[in-house]
Amino acid sequence: MSVDVLVIAEAVAGEVLDVTYELLGKGRELSDGFSGELGAVLIGEPSPQDLFGAADVLYSMSGMEAGYCAPQWEMALGEVLRSADPKVVLVSTGTVGIDLAGALATQFGGVLASYVIDAVMEEGSLVVTSQLYGGKLLSEVEIDSFPAVLSVLPGSFVSDAGRVAGEPRREVIDVGGSVSSAKGVAIELREPDSSGVDITAAPLLVSVGRGIGSKENVELVAELAEAMKAPLSASRPVIDQGWLPKPHQVGKSGKKVKPTVYLAFGISGAPEHLEGMRSADVIIACNTDAKAPIFEVAHYGTTLDLFDLVPELTDQVGG
Amino acid sequence: MRIVVAMRQLADLVEELEVSDDGTDIDREFVKFISNEWDEAALEEALTLKDELGATVTVVALDEPDVDQTLYAALAKGADRVVKLTGHDPDTWVRSRERAQRLASFLTGESFDLVLTGVQAADDLDGQLAGILGSLLELPHAAVVVGVEGSDSKVRVTQELGGGLLGVSELDLPAVLGIQAAKQAPRYAPISRIRQAMQTGEIGEHEVELSDSAVQVKVRRLYPPESTGAGATMLKGSPKEVAAEIIEIIKSKGLV
Ligand SMILES: Cc1cc2nc3c(=O)[nH]c(=O)nc-3n(C[C@H](O)[C@H](O)[C@H](O)COP(=O)(O)OP(=O)(O)OC[C@H]3O[C@@H](n4cnc5c(N)ncnc54)[C@H](O)[C@@H]3O)c2cc1C
Repeated sequence: MSVDVLVIAEAVAGEVLDVTYELLGKGRELSDGFSGELGAVLIGEPSPQDLFGAADVLYSMSGMEAGYCAPQWEMALGEVLRSADPKVVLVSTGTVGIDLAGALATQFGGVLASYVIDAVMEEGSLVVTSQLYGGKLLSEVEIDSFPAVLSVLPGSFVSDAGRVAGEPRREVIDVGGSVSSAKGVAIELREPDSSGVDITAAPLLVSVGRGIGSKENVELVAELAEAMKAPLSASRPVIDQGWLPKPHQVGKSGKKVKPTVYLAFGISGAPEHLEGMRSADVIIACNTDAKAPIFEVAHYGTTLDLFDLVPELTDQVGG
Repeated sequence: MRIVVAMRQLADLVEELEVSDDGTDIDREFVKFISNEWDEAALEEALTLKDELGATVTVVALDEPDVDQTLYAALAKGADRVVKLTGHDPDTWVRSRERAQRLASFLTGESFDLVLTGVQAADDLDGQLAGILGSLLELPHAAVVVGVEGSDSKVRVTQELGGGLLGVSELDLPAVLGIQAAKQAPRYAPISRIRQAMQTGEIGEHEVELSDSAVQVKVRRLYPPESTGAGATMLKGSPKEVAAEIIEIIKSKGLV
């Protein structure tokens, strides 16, 4: 039995992520536009606290192996797509989206839009807005050939709309045969490194981005953090360059933080960074580029050079 | 092990990006093009594998503005061979679906064990390259990769699964990987080495003709995000004045 819209639930570690509820809410709206059904697919077994009531049908799989292995997941999801035959597939621009959306769209001869932040039906066409160039530009695309796969940036839709209790029909699809022919196997899942600093608990975070330029310069912001008795956090490039250890990273693949005040120095505000800090109560951003996307989410901003502002802040806090 | 690294040029995000007159692309005329930062991580991972296992590294890129610079730099860093793909208009937006088709066409004539490319590029409207390329070549693939350990017939990859969770899996070779971060930050090639590569190295050229065009979404328009109005209150004044204001805000929250 086919559905019009299929949501791929992101539950890699067993827990359904918030973004899945965002997709379910949006998926309901789109499938109502097609006057069809909404399906959801979950790899693994739903637990009692999972709320899939927004969907009409929940697909799950038998014969699926534990752990994450991209070729196996691709095979398994391919089986479900064949069975559900959706017009639109919604997936988050997380692991599954970045890994598999392109491959699934290619296999099914469908179009794909990624970094999606909005999607509406307009006279039979799907009009989709995506965020490109790290959030500096938006693109509006028109889709009138289906199937279409949309890989959606987390945080784009309200999750409450999709958080509905209820019992969708269950369909179990046996994927064991195809998964066993996949050219890969899962070995292990590794929990995040929880040693060292805990940036999730602090009410004030001093955060530094690539604008700092070098490892030596990070010291400047570290002095401010120390004067403010706040932990130092950072965007991904600072970690990847080896300027600070991983537990300091804020964002999609780092920690989600929600401090009272988040001070961002030399951070552009790429969607993957915003994913980790946009719900801070007060965001204060320092970035020399007045058009940096961080100013869209910040409450206060300054285009002063961080090398002028940070020492001044340290002085004033210390004094 | 034979490794191919797919690299590309991308508008420098530090620059002001203007929309072209027809509204469906960036104005490419005055933009500075640089090598995609994630592709640099892919190159670094390939060169590290070469150091560890004695691999050969071929770098392939579509003809795009300033791509020669990127290819010579790759030679200077230790790539064995660099190839530029022609047959398209280098001054247009080659979207990821078509890019993958062009690369797949080249790779079909190559023997390789591993293809590495960046996890994404900032204009990947049609999806991320590794997955599409892997699918076109019918090879196993994985993205958001932060660890690659090679052997003769398999590769062990570590992927980020979000929120700090890592997944380790083993893929059959040949495979296509989208690299998020290499084991170390990309190495630096001094200008003198790049100059030397320009004098002694050679960029191979390969023309790709596509028989069918990629299915891709139709772009109606590109536009800068309209300020929501809820945007930031900009603090004005000298560093001293702005610092004082920031401290006031933090103090008003009962902090510092
Ligand atoms: C799957 C995936 C997961 C990711 N996970 C994360 C994540 O968890 N966290 C994360 O942060 N990113 C993550 N990223 C990376 C993300 O896409 C961006 O590359 C990154 O957030 C950019 O970091 P940045 O803002 O520090 O650097 P850039 O984007 O390079 O920005 C630097 C900024 O500093 C400004 N600047 C320069 N000099 C100065 C100065 N003197 N004074 C003031 N401002 C200055 C510039 O104007 C610029 O805006 C992820 C990407 C992918 C694909």
